[in-house]
Amino acid sequence: MSYLDYTVERVPTGWRKIFYLNWPLVFLVTAVSCIGFLMLYSVSGGDIDRWAMPQMERFAAGMAIMFALAFVPIWFWRSISVVSYVTCVLLLVAVELMGHVGMGAQRWLIIGPIRIQPSELTKIAFVMTLAAYYDWLPVEKVSRPLWVLIPVLLILTPTALVLMQPDLGTSIMLIAGGGIVMFVAGVSLWYFGAVIAIVVALITAVMESRGTDWQLLHEYQFRRIDTFLDPGSDPLGAGYNIMQAQIALGSGGWSGRGFMQGTQSRLNFLPEKHTDFIFTSLAEEFGFVGAGTLLMLYVLILGFCLHSALTNRDRFASLMTIGIAGTFFLYFSINMATVMGMLPAKGSPLPLVSYGGTSLMILLMGFGILQSAHVHRPR
Amino acid sequence: MRKSQKEIAESSRSISRRVLMLGVIQAAVISTLGLKLRSMQLEHADEYRLLSDGNSIKIRLLPPARGLILDRNGTVIAGNEQNYRVTLTREDAGDISTVVARLRRIIPMNDRQAADLMAEIRRRSAVTPVMVADRLTWQEFSSIALNAPALPGVTPESGLSRSYPRGGDFSHVLGYVGPVSDYDLSKIENPDPVLRLPEFQLGKIGMEAKLEEPLRGKAGNRRVEVNSAGREMRELSRQEGQQGATVQTTLDARLQNFVAQRLGQESAAAVVIDITNGDIVAINSSPVFDPNKFVRGISSGDYKELMQHDHRPLADKTVQGAYPPGSTFKMVTLLAGLEAGVINPGSRFFCPGYTQVAGRKFHCWSKGGHGTVDAIRSLEHSCDVYYYELAQKVGIDRIAAMARRLGIGVRHDLPMSAITEGIAPDRAWKMARYQQEWQVGDSLNASIGQGYVLASPLQLAVMVARVASGKEVIPRLVRAIDGVVQPVPEFVDLGLNPLNLRTARGGMDAVMNSSHGTARRARIVAPEWQMAGKTGTSQVRNITAAERARGVISNDQLPWNRRDHALFVCFAPYEMPRYAVSVVVEHGGGGSAVAAPIARDILLFALADGLPPLSAYPDGERAKVEEMWSKMNLMPEPPNKTARAKA
Repeated sequence: MSYLDYTVERVPTGWRKIFYLNWPLVFLVTAVSCIGFLMLYSVSGGDIDRWAMPQMERFAAGMAIMFALAFVPIWFWRSISVVSYVTCVLLLVAVELMGHVGMGAQRWLIIGPIRIQPSELTKIAFVMTLAAYYDWLPVEKVSRPLWVLIPVLLILTPTALVLMQPDLGTSIMLIAGGGIVMFVAGVSLWYFGAVIAIVVALITAVMESRGTDWQLLHEYQFRRIDTFLDPGSDPLGAGYNIMQAQIALGSGGWSGRGFMQGTQSRLNFLPEKHTDFIFTSLAEEFGFVGAGTLLMLYVLILGFCLHSALTNRDRFASLMTIGIAGTFFLYFSINMATVMGMLPAKGSPLPLVSYGGTSLMILLMGFGILQSAHVHRPR
Repeated sequence: MRKSQKEIAESSRSISRRVLMLGVIQAAVISTLGLKLRSMQLEHADEYRLLSDGNSIKIRLLPPARGLILDRNGTVIAGNEQNYRVTLTREDAGDISTVVARLRRIIPMNDRQAADLMAEIRRRSAVTPVMVADRLTWQEFSSIALNAPALPGVTPESGLSRSYPRGGDFSHVLGYVGPVSDYDLSKIENPDPVLRLPEFQLGKIGMEAKLEEPLRGKAGNRRVEVNSAGREMRELSRQEGQQGATVQTTLDARLQNFVAQRLGQESAAAVVIDITNGDIVAINSSPVFDPNKFVRGISSGDYKELMQHDHRPLADKTVQGAYPPGSTFKMVTLLAGLEAGVINPGSRFFCPGYTQVAGRKFHCWSKGGHGTVDAIRSLEHSCDVYYYELAQKVGIDRIAAMARRLGIGVRHDLPMSAITEGIAPDRAWKMARYQQEWQVGDSLNASIGQGYVLASPLQLAVMVARVASGKEVIPRLVRAIDGVVQPVPEFVDLGLNPLNLRTARGGMDAVMNSSHGTARRARIVAPEWQMAGKTGTSQVRNITAAERARGVISNDQLPWNRRDHALFVCFAPYEMPRYAVSVVVEHGGGGSAVAAPIARDILLFALADGLPPLSAYPDGERAKVEEMWSKMNLMPEPPNKTARAKA
C-alpha cells in the first residue's frame, strides 16, 4: 500500500495528531523509565548526579525525539526504510574497519562528539525494511522459497557483521527480531520448524567443537555457557556475576529490603549493578512486588503494542509495530532470564531501566516510529 | 500498485492469526520468567537471604616458595623452613586495642612492642594484614587458632621463611633476605602485589638480591568465603603459586666450609676458581656472620656488634675489598715486559738492594740485594729492583694494559653485591683522577703492586687462572637455573707468547719448589699436585672501595691495623692447572708465612675433594696440619660422593 492508498483526509494533521497518540503507551514507557531513575539513584548510594540525573536528561531528550518521530507520517518511514537499512550496513562495515574497541568487543563508532553503536540502530532499521518488504510482496508469494531467501539475506547481512564485532547477543537478537517479523508476515511454519532443527544441530556442533582446531566460539563464550550450566562450580570466576545476582534477587523476598537497603548492591558484591544487573537491585530492594510490577508494566507495553498492530489495517505499520515490540520483548526477557540464571550471561541491558544512552535512545526512537504508525493508521 | 480491499482484509486476517500465536509464545516466556521470579523470591527467599547476609568473599595471595640455592653437588645452601605467624587486619578487627590486649595474653609482648604494633596497624590501610608476631611456637600458634572467635581480624598463618642451613659459610656470597621495606618498594616500579604481604621476604644483598627475579617465583591466590567476623568459612578456589627457580651455584659446600674454618677469625678472603671452566668453587670472606639472624630480624645489639667489629664481618672482602696486590702483581709486570719485547726471559738486571731514580732511592725488600737476577729468579726471590728496572723500560701504560688483560682493573660480572673494579693505573687514569702527570716513581711503585694498584681477591684469582691457562678465564657463580645448565663458554686464548707464559709459571714454580723459594715451606710434595704460587706483602691500606664510598671508619689506634696485608696466589697441578687460589689476610703480616699455608691447605682440599693425605705435605708441616684438622668441625662427606662424577 503506498501512501496514496491512505484516505489522507481522515488522517489527523498538524498539532491535532497529539490527540491520536497511543497515550497509554507513553505513560507506561514513562513509568518504567521512572523505575529506572529510582533504581539508578539507589544503586549510586544516593548520588543523584552519578547515574540518575544523566539518565533523566537523556530520557527527556529521547521523549522529545519520540514525539517528533511520531508526528512524521508513517509513509515517510516506509520510504526511507531501504535507505536506512543500507546506511546501517555501511556503518557496521565502518565499525569493523575503524571502530573503537570497548569491553573486549568492537562496537562503537566515534564521529566527532557522537558515539554511535550501529548495531543498535540496525535493530530498528532492519525491522522497518522487513516490514516494507512484506508490505510490497503479494501475500500469496510469502512462503515461496525465493521470496523467503531475500528477507533471510536481509537479516543475515547485518547479523554477520555484528557477529564479527564480536557481539553474539545482538546477533541473536537480530535473528530473533527478524524471525518475529517473518513469522507474523505469514511465512510457512515449516520454515521455522526447519530453522529450529538446524539451530539445535548447530548448537550441538558448537559444543562438540570446543577444544578442537575448528572451535566455533571464543573461549570466553564457552565459559559463559559453562557458567550458565553450573554457576556454583566457579563462584568467583565467570560464575561470580550470576551467583551474586541470584543471591541479591532471591534475598528480596516478598516485599524486599526497602529502598536503598539492598546489601548486595550496596556492598558492591554486584557487578554492573547500574547496567545489566539493575533488575537484581530492584528485586532485592522491592522484592517480588517490585519485580512483578516491572514485569507487569512490560507486559502492558507489549499488550498495547500488539493491540495497536492488530487494529492497524496498514500491513507495513502493523508488521513494523510487531517487529519493534518483539525487539522490546526480547530485550527484557533476555535480560531477566540472564540475571535469574536461565540464560548464559551475555551483557544485555534492561530496556528503559538500565543506565546507558544508546539503548534508551534507540528504544524511544522505536516507540516514536511505533506511535507514528498508530497516529497515521488508515481509518 | 494498488491493493484491493480483499487483499488488505486477507493480510489483516493472516497477521491477526500469527500475532495471536506470537502472543501465546510471548505469554509463555513471560509466565516462565514470572514463575522463576516467584520461586526465587517467595519459595527460596530464606536461603538467598542467608547467603546474602553471610556473604563475604576475600581473595588472599599465596606467596610463592622462594627458589632454593644449591651448591654444585646439589646440597641445599639456602632453603625454606616452616614459620608460624599471626597477622591482624584492621577492617575485620573492629576495636584493635581490645584485640591486641587479648593477643598479649597468648603472645608475650612488652608495652613498647604493643604500642609499636598499634601504630603500625593504624599506619597501614584497613585491609592490609599487619604482621603481629612470627616464629611462634606450635603451642602459641594453636592457642591463637583455638581462640579465633575472640580475636576478630587475627589470622594465624603458617608460611615459609628463608633459612641458611650452612649458617655463615655462605654469608657473603649468598647475602640474605629480609622483610620488604617501604624503601625497597619505592625503588621498584610497579611492584608485584605479593611484595606487600607482611611476611614476604626480598633478597637484600648478595646473590639473593641479584637473582631476586628468578628466585621469587609467582604468587598464587586463594579465594575464601568469610563470615561477618572475618573467619574463613570455606575455600572456594585455590591456585597455587609457582615456586621460584632453583639456582645451582658453582660453589662446593664442603670446600666453602673448609675455607671458612681455615680462615677462622682472621680478617681475610679466599677465592678458588676452577681454571678449566671459570667456576668459582669457593669464595669466602671472614669473619662470617649468620645470615639467619637477618632473616629473623637482627637485634640491634647483634647488629651493633657486627658494625663495630674491627674485622668488618659485614663487608664482602672477596669482591668489595680492593687491596694493593704487592708482589703478587709481579707476574703482570713481568709478562708486560716480556710481551713488549723490552726484555727476554734471560735478560738480567743487577740488584744492589736499591735503585736510584730521579734522586729518590727505591729499596728492594732484601737490603743486601739479590745480585744478578733473571726473570725466573726475580719471581723466586721476589726481587723488587728487577721490577724497578723493568718498569722504567716497559712504561706504565703497557703494565696497566697487561693487568686488564689478566683481569685486574676490570669488573667481573657476578651475581654479588658491590663488586669492585679495582685499579690498574696508567697515565690517563692519574690525569683524570688527580689532574697530575704520571711520575716515574709511580711506575716503580706500581710495578711491585703498590702505589695506585688495587685488586680484589677475586681479581687476583682470575689473574692466576689466566696466567696458568693462557686463556681468558671468566669467573662464574651460577651453574644451572631450574635444572637448565648454563653453557660454559670456550675461553678465548689471551694471545700471549707461550714461552713468556712458561717463564712466568716457571718463576711461580720456583717460588714454591726451588731451594730458595720464598714460599718453600708452603709447598705440596705430592708430585701429581705440584703447586706454583707467588707471595705478596703489601703496605697497609686499610680502606676498601666499598668502605670509601660509605665513609671511612677509622680505628687506627689498634696495632693490628698497622700490620701489612699478607697475600698469596697459586695454582695446581703445575703441569695441568686445575684450581687457582687467592688468599688475602688483612694485616696478616708476611705473605709467605701467613697467606701461603692457608692457600696451600685450600688448594689441597680442592684437589683431593676432601682432606688430602698427609703425605702431600712437607715432612715438617705434617704434625701441625694434623693438629689443625683435629680442631676443625668439617661438613661430612656426602654419601653419594663416589657416585657423582668428578668432572
